[in-house]
Amino acid sequence: MAVSQTRNLGLPLINLLRLKGVPILQQLHLEERLLRTSSDNWCIINDGTIDPTIVMGVSGKPQELLEIESILRDDIPVIRRFTGGGTVIVDQGTIFVTFICNKDTVPGLQSYPQPIMSWSSLLYKKVFQGIGDFRLRENDYVLGDRKFGGNAQSITKNRWVHHTSFLWDYEISNMGYLKLPKRAPEYRQARDHLEFICRMKDYISRSSFIDSTIEAVGSEFLLRSAELEDAHCTLGSKFEPSSRLLRKQELGEAIFKSLTASQS
Amino acid sequence: MALRMWASSTANALKLSTSASRSALASPAFSLARSFSTVLEGFKYASSHEWVKHDGPDHLGEVVFVELPEEGKSVSQGNSFGAVESVKATSDINSPISGEVVEVNTKLSESPGLINSSPYEDGWMIKVKPSNPSELESLMGAKEYTKFCEEEDASH
Repeated sequence: MAVSQTRNLGLPLINLLRLKGVPILQQLHLEERLLRTSSDNWCIINDGTIDPTIVMGVSGKPQELLEIESILRDDIPVIRRFTGGGTVIVDQGTIFVTFICNKDTVPGLQSYPQPIMSWSSLLYKKVFQGIGDFRLRENDYVLGDRKFGGNAQSITKNRWVHHTSFLWDYEISNMGYLKLPKRAPEYRQARDHLEFICRMKDYISRSSFIDSTIEAVGSEFLLRSAELEDAHCTLGSKFEPSSRLLRKQELGEAIFKSLTASQS
Repeated sequence: MALRMWASSTANALKLSTSASRSALASPAFSLARSFSTVLEGFKYASSHEWVKHDGPDHLGEVVFVELPEEGKSVSQGNSFGAVESVKATSDINSPISGEVVEVNTKLSESPGLINSSPYEDGWMIKVKPSNPSELESLMGAKEYTKFCEEEDASH
């Protein structure tokens, strides 16, 4: 006991919130509220989300990124989230890990995108030690040259959030809802989705990934277990999160935009 | 970063404010005709890095999207009024002064990269009519800001 207490002296405190199957919109709302109204550090792990959902970045244009007709036909929800970055389709096979920190929490870390990205990759390097050829490639987590985790961030004056959707497993058919994005990392080399991504389940079990991640977080922070009720208690009631579900009408209008753009 | 965001808007704000209320402003008249250093003389800078490009690594990278307020909206010193997106991250833009937004640069919706390529001219974001001109006193001058950036980078 004395030894572990000594080891933990000086480590910043982080609230560890473990969730399972929480809808991704609810998770995004929680994250945005914690970023804007909490002064604690948080690590949120959501083991899968219930329904297949498409999540675009803050500036995503549906007509450029999505096969909208298929999405409307199959009634797939589309969310615009508060962080930057690209488009993902998430479901029960996705594991979400989020860090929300004060800017001075990690010693020596500047609260800019690349330093935060690098810091996170060092943490996950510990998780994949001896398991696979893990690295951060441009802004993606890859095993070999295949992406298995997509990252996005939001940075405020005094805090930042870095969240990742990990492809522990995915449905091939779901990838058909996403177009090849115009803006893509160089290493993608115009590969379509199925040639570009890989499944984490081919390397590590679900529970091992989560346990190893928690252990890696515990090597840099003093962990405090939190419940969803604890997170809600700390939140300011006036704050309105900006992540939202796109209405079907908006998606319909996006089809119209893409048709008129191709005609002009 | 991209600390190059504000200098142009400051210039414009000063222009506007000067015409509205000359006596209220203590800032010296600026001159864009002087040598183009990355920290321009005559501009004022906030500790959250709005105003000017830091002469070092480009911390944010290429700006791909800008979210700006509408005309008529109030902004307050030190608080966020919008955001920029660069690849994977959205970053708040914090206002160095309080006041009312009187004009928004609509060019940025089609050409957000102007913030990187033309921060002192075409990449301005908003024009603000200051509600409290004495706030300008709390902002840093060029030399002070340069020193602030050097110290901040050295400490990381």
